Amino acid sequence: MKTIKLHPLVGTFGENKDVARDVRVEQIVPILEVGKDLTLDFEGVDSVTQSFCHALISELIRNYGVDVLDRISFANCTEEVKAVIGIVVDYMQ
Amino acid sequence: MKIHIPNSAFLGNLNAFIKRADFSDSSTLYITANEKWMSVHPVVLCMIAALGVMVRSESQEKQPILCERFTATSKHYFKRMGLFDFLRLDSEIEIVEHESAGRFIPISQIQDSKTLSRFIEDMIPLLHLDVKQSQSIKYIMSELVRNVLEHSNSQYGAFVAAQYHKKTNTIRIGIVDTGVGIKRTITRSHPAKTDADAIRLALTPGITGTTSKEGGTDYNAGAGLFFTKSISKTNKDFFVIYSGDTLFKLLKKQVEGSPLHSDPFDDRHTIESNLPVWGGTVVGVDMTLDDNEDFANLLENIREAYTAAVRARRRKQYKKPNFI
Repeated sequence: MKTIKLHPLVGTFGENKDVARDVRVEQIVPILEVGKDLTLDFEGVDSVTQSFCHALISELIRNYGVDVLDRISFANCTEEVKAVIGIVVDYMQ
Repeated sequence: MKIHIPNSAFLGNLNAFIKRADFSDSSTLYITANEKWMSVHPVVLCMIAALGVMVRSESQEKQPILCERFTATSKHYFKRMGLFDFLRLDSEIEIVEHESAGRFIPISQIQDSKTLSRFIEDMIPLLHLDVKQSQSIKYIMSELVRNVLEHSNSQYGAFVAAQYHKKTNTIRIGIVDTGVGIKRTITRSHPAKTDADAIRLALTPGITGTTSKEGGTDYNAGAGLFFTKSISKTNKDFFVIYSGDTLFKLLKKQVEGSPLHSDPFDDRHTIESNLPVWGGTVVGVDMTLDDNEDFANLLENIREAYTAAVRARRRKQYKKPNFI
């Protein structure tokens, strides 16, 4: 299980979609491609925008199917972060 | 182009300010002002600054911007908000610079993603907001400015400004661009005959100009404006969007207990077309800071409305096999 810490990349407010897409393409996809599971660690991230979260995970659900959610864990999420992840996961299914 | 700064121009009476403007000849910008008093929403300042920067850059005229000397006692506000810097005019107004923290964010031009991230970081301490109060404002600012950067095709980016109003405990926000406007953006993927049709689609969850596919692309989902409108509706605040010849205004007073609607025309609103054509997009938001819905609860309500709307559209598009 690999862990990607998001706070060093996005700060306390995850809103930069370019960063989100880079994390997905350069870090998340390579881990999934070698068959490993991963944790996205939101410790220190107070909130995120829907756009950020969409750029981070929507394409994973589209490409790998909804079962990819069995391989990704979301750690240390605030209620706001949980809510936004929930929105994206909901409308992608 | 002609703009008259009246004695009052806020989101509630923005229509009157716009009706008096003339955006047709972009070779010159002529600004007049009420002689005695001017009190305006930051969105008005952003509109004037955006036009000024565009005219200054594109006009062949020797003196592309003409501005009447401001005589109103409130003229210092315009200087302090940085309007004359964007117009590159000497206002002849002397001010004693005070610490700006806790009061306003002067007009800022944002042209790239990194600048936006820095701007949001700096914005909250300037407005002296606590974490809870800042969540919706950061969210709205990020989503709306990113819309400009990604969809407006404007070489000048977004013009933003904000002002805290102590008496009403409200933050007033303006975000303006002089790009291609909502209709040209949305009709890349969805049919819209009028600016009103286009604004309606842009405020509908899951509709983006970048694709006609449900769920959007890897980069766009068509949710930013719906989220912003939903935050305003839940908090009973004004939300105004003006593009092309049409101004949509979400009214402060909504039906008590009314759910979040996926169709913006189901909310209490006004819409006015045949206004002077703004070749870009103008968004104004007022955010009352007290008695706001908890942000996590608000997101939960948005989730329900958003998901229901997207699923209903998917059901409508679902084709059954034709067994004969």
